[in-house]
Amino acid sequence: MAANYDYDEAPATYDDANRQELGYDPNFVPDSMYEISFQTLSDRLFKDTPWPSVDAVAHYVDNDQVFCLLYREMWFRHLYARLSPTLKQRIDSWDNYCSLFQVVLHRVVNMQLPNQWLWDMVDEFVYQFQSFCQYRAKMKNKTEQEIALLRQFDQAWNVYGVLNYLQAFVEKSNIIQILEQEKEGLEQFTATDGYDYSGGSNVLKVLGYFSMVGLLRVHCLLGDYQTGLKCLLPIDISQQGVYTSVIGSHITTIYHYGFASLMMRRYVKAIREFNKMLLYIYKTKQFHQKSPQYEQILKKNEQMYALLAICLSLCPQTKLVEETVNSQLREKYGEKMARMQRYDDEALAIYDELFSYACPKFITPSAPSFEEPLVNYNQDAYRLQLKLFLYEVKQQQLLSGVRTFLKVYSTISLGKLANYMEVDEPTLRTILFSYKHKTHAVDSDGKIISNADVDFYIDDDMIHVVESKPVKRFGDYFLRQIVK
Amino acid sequence: MVRERETPKQQQQVSYTVEQLVAVNPYNPDILPDLENYVNEQALMAMPAPDFSLCLFLIPERVQMEEQFKTLIVLSHYLETGRFRQFWDEAAKNRHIVEAVPGNKLGLNAGFEQAIQTYAIHVLSLTYQKIPRPVLAEAINIEGLSLDKFLEHQAANSGWILEKGHGRGQLIVLPRNEFNHPELKKSAADSVPLEHITRIFPILG
Repeated sequence: MAANYDYDEAPATYDDANRQELGYDPNFVPDSMYEISFQTLSDRLFKDTPWPSVDAVAHYVDNDQVFCLLYREMWFRHLYARLSPTLKQRIDSWDNYCSLFQVVLHRVVNMQLPNQWLWDMVDEFVYQFQSFCQYRAKMKNKTEQEIALLRQFDQAWNVYGVLNYLQAFVEKSNIIQILEQEKEGLEQFTATDGYDYSGGSNVLKVLGYFSMVGLLRVHCLLGDYQTGLKCLLPIDISQQGVYTSVIGSHITTIYHYGFASLMMRRYVKAIREFNKMLLYIYKTKQFHQKSPQYEQILKKNEQMYALLAICLSLCPQTKLVEETVNSQLREKYGEKMARMQRYDDEALAIYDELFSYACPKFITPSAPSFEEPLVNYNQDAYRLQLKLFLYEVKQQQLLSGVRTFLKVYSTISLGKLANYMEVDEPTLRTILFSYKHKTHAVDSDGKIISNADVDFYIDDDMIHVVESKPVKRFGDYFLRQIVK
Repeated sequence: MVRERETPKQQQQVSYTVEQLVAVNPYNPDILPDLENYVNEQALMAMPAPDFSLCLFLIPERVQMEEQFKTLIVLSHYLETGRFRQFWDEAAKNRHIVEAVPGNKLGLNAGFEQAIQTYAIHVLSLTYQKIPRPVLAEAINIEGLSLDKFLEHQAANSGWILEKGHGRGQLIVLPRNEFNHPELKKSAADSVPLEHITRIFPILG
């Protein structure tokens, strides 16, 4: 399948067409060159091999340091995508990111780069971190050489290092303040898609912006959902923004936001965002068919349908999902959702299946133990998250029964309901308390929000059912029409 | 409805500790004991906020298998599923957990016990308009004269009303909120954030 290539084996010559591409103004990269030409050349000339090494091309660009660093970043990205990196190459890639990021953080970079490229850098950086952690956690079959390298370069892809770089971009770029000031009309960022038209560079600002999404992703991989969502707070996902300017960034943002919300029991928020994203993908995916990202887009699309199925099974809602999305959902998961809501052992197996399919590739960030016997622990993180998720599902088991009864009655005494549900009154009370607790989540401001589609209150020993009215949002519609 | 604690300062300290531990160095083995201590003593007190489950996502499974953790997980399970009587029974068997964060009986210093009672009252307030005395007593683990005193205090300071329930004892009327009085629910659809309206100011002239 994928082969390992050492640096020496990479072809050192290339044809005229390639040479022409490299003779451009290093301060301005047209989108098409990055998005299309690189891909076309990769397909045509370097399908199963790496691009020429940076040393081979350096003198064509006057040894421009920044160019070489950027070129190397793309070189490694190509390697990861088409081939299989060796441990040494993984470590070298880390070194390259360090050098590249140091330059951006500490020197004045005067170029403008396409948002797609800047997003790809952050995305790839996090991806390689995830890949490294997975690789490192499989200690069982490591060679002596690999173990020695791991011991020697223990700083490579260290979790603090990764978090620190992303955090540094956010802070150094001042992006949070820029976004705040933009709301008051004192700054222009979103309006220009992040580009700087006053003679400066967009690189640091946009990297800072995308790093917030990067941080959300890293924290989700670590199981720290609360911090992840906090990192994303400065970005208003109810609006368009620079995060929607690149489809990959848009999807990554919403996928992780939705997943983190699901794990924090904020089901309604997750459902709303998945719904919007899935509808958007449905309408626009035809435009990305030729893109190298297309497969990723489709994969994430399917995963989000699975997550949506989970959310709706745990927290039934009738009015939150668009017709198109709903019919797709029924097609893919209609039957499974019916079974999930039965909350028996079979249901748990389906929750397990969907969660495992759709969840991020969790990682254990800590360094391995080098003592014998060497074990593989790459599944540990995933197993823990799955276990805790299923534990939560089990706790919600009895709520489905209550919901069914509440939909049928407008008032019913505790005694009667206990009878129907074949439990005693004290047990029924615990079920009702549990229902209230599980359907009322605490949001990021500490406020209580209700996720319940059917609710109730108790007066002494009488349960009064409250049907939630369908919420029609007229305000937004009118505003949009006025603007037109 | 914003959940009010008797000591807002305590709440701030609780959530800051989670962020601090988790955001800074979650995987440094040196900080793990602090995180464990936090879980041991304070995470449960943060309920209904999911601090406890969030900590479980971060603590390696083998650590969660230790005796101390197992007890906490059982306690958390009871609280999550509304099983207050079972919670207090189990807590009584594990006094060291309850006493780890002591409180002042007057409720001025929200220790572990008071924090859980606050959570119980929160759940009761979501559920009941009028609650029979025995149900309340079981949920907050206060009986007899102490309960009378507690009810007087709540009536004087938190708007609770004590009623006679048709022959069967006391009924406590809990304060009205949008969760136990649905007519109070503000329709979210009707309110439009000011930021959205500012978009049309130029057009309105």
